[in-house]
Amino acid sequence: MSKKLYLDNAATTRVKREVLDEMRQYFDELYGNPSSQLYELGRKSKQAIEKARKTLADFINADEKEIYFTAGGTESDNWALKGVAFANFNKGKNHIITTKIEHHAILHTCEYLEKFGVETTYLDVDRYGLVDLEQLKESIRPETMLISVMYANNEIGTIQPIEEIGKIAKEHGILFHVDAVQAFGSIRIDVNKLNIDLMSMSAHKLGGPKGIGGMYIRKGTRIDNFIHGGGQERGRRAGTEGVQNIVGFGKAVEIASRNLDERAERLTALRNRLVEGIKNNIPDVVLNGHPTRRLPNNVNFSFKYVEGESILLLLDMEGISASSGSACTSGSLDPSHVLLATGLDHGTAHGSIRFTLSEEITEEDIDYTVETMKNIIAKLRAMSPIKNDEDLKKN
Amino acid sequence: MYSEIVMDHFRNPRNVGRIENADGVGQVGNPKCGDIMKIYLKINKDEIIEDVKFETFGCGSAIASSSIATEMIKGKSIHEAVGLSNKAVVEALGGLPPVKIHCSVLAEQAVKSALYDYAQKNNKVIKGLENYKPEDDEIHCQH
Ligand SMILES: Cc1ncc(COP(=O)(O)O)c(C=O)c1O
Ligand SMILES: [Zn+2]
Repeated sequence: MSKKLYLDNAATTRVKREVLDEMRQYFDELYGNPSSQLYELGRKSKQAIEKARKTLADFINADEKEIYFTAGGTESDNWALKGVAFANFNKGKNHIITTKIEHHAILHTCEYLEKFGVETTYLDVDRYGLVDLEQLKESIRPETMLISVMYANNEIGTIQPIEEIGKIAKEHGILFHVDAVQAFGSIRIDVNKLNIDLMSMSAHKLGGPKGIGGMYIRKGTRIDNFIHGGGQERGRRAGTEGVQNIVGFGKAVEIASRNLDERAERLTALRNRLVEGIKNNIPDVVLNGHPTRRLPNNVNFSFKYVEGESILLLLDMEGISASSGSACTSGSLDPSHVLLATGLDHGTAHGSIRFTLSEEITEEDIDYTVETMKNIIAKLRAMSPIKNDEDLKKN
Repeated sequence: MYSEIVMDHFRNPRNVGRIENADGVGQVGNPKCGDIMKIYLKINKDEIIEDVKFETFGCGSAIASSSIATEMIKGKSIHEAVGLSNKAVVEALGGLPPVKIHCSVLAEQAVKSALYDYAQKNNKVIKGLENYKPEDDEIHCQH
């Protein structure tokens, strides 16, 4: 076994060579503190940050003053929810609308805010993972201060009707936050066209370094500052900036924007090849997520009668890295909340596997993955009591 | 995450399969929890477990636990086999991560359940199973 296939790019990605090359000098050559404006070393750092900020702003059609750097997607999500809640609480607003399939950075933050009297509505999703716009409208109250819906889901890749949600939010004068961590870099996002007020981004999902994220805050949005300290990030998110990480983030976005459409097209073709390959070669599978409204690099299947962790262990032996929504892989009691929200029963959810592709993947890699999965599923099903009972019933 | 022994039993599980007309069959767990184990026993007139097979739906440690449990009871008398504890399974596997201990409990329960089935069918009493009720096997999901 010499093959190494990394198919877990929704978890994180390899830092791109160009990104790393750009970052390097900010460790040991251009190491000045960006707040030290009286000498060149400091000014250089500051310029580098502002260049990255402009890259991000241009990419989503925002103003540079509307972009803030954070420590990642999780922090941006926390800021959006807590910042809006704390700023609007004493204005008689205490209601947040979100969905059942958000990342834990959203769900656990809502739970936390509920301790302070915030009320949350968690919207259902259909079998494809899509929210229902009618239910959204019905959930709106006079006290609603924020609608928070993810752009694309990290497990099943489903892309939400963000533009329609943005319209509804705007009509009702409610702030709209979008967790775009998974979509950012693979889908073109225009915050103005979509009526987005707040948006979370993260660098390590698109070939940038880990531990650095971004937050878009529309000018005039009522939101509290998040980290209190020095005056960095216009006083809203204090702390000496991770200059090298910000530079890396900027570079990763620059690269992503360069060939976005081409890349999406190529990934979509590979994704469809994998979906078709699995469907045509392995019986009793369920595609999780939407057949077409999904991230170009996301494939998520449930394999009936078998359990996800065993599949992952066998895949690892064949050099393939993927992930699963099975409880056995998370150390928690239940399988993925996302899969359960789409209506999957526990047994089927336990047998889910997510493959998320990158540009490095070839058609041969996809075919190898299909062939490997075919053997693994056959091996596990041969020892599955549920599978064998089903077969007996049929005979 | 897993010991070498666990991985060995996961990679090459021993005694996989079914036994037609088995003398005792036991199934525990449920798909909700993500683990189901089924054990088949062939028991001779001297009450020795001549053959044992298993089928498991579950994670790596569930498969490894069932595999090693079948090895540990094969060739033993039913009175010895009923004493198989989950602790012994964990030790034989060279340890399990804390969240996976339930898999070894399932293995113990599956063996007991199959022995109970045998005792019921043959009107026998196995010491250690006097108060055993199969419903007790419905241990709750505890990953
Ligand atoms: C949808 C979504 N939101 C938030 C996050 C958290 O981002 P980060 O890892 O940068 O904290 C992730 C990453 O897993 C994600 O997929
Ligand atoms: Zn398990």
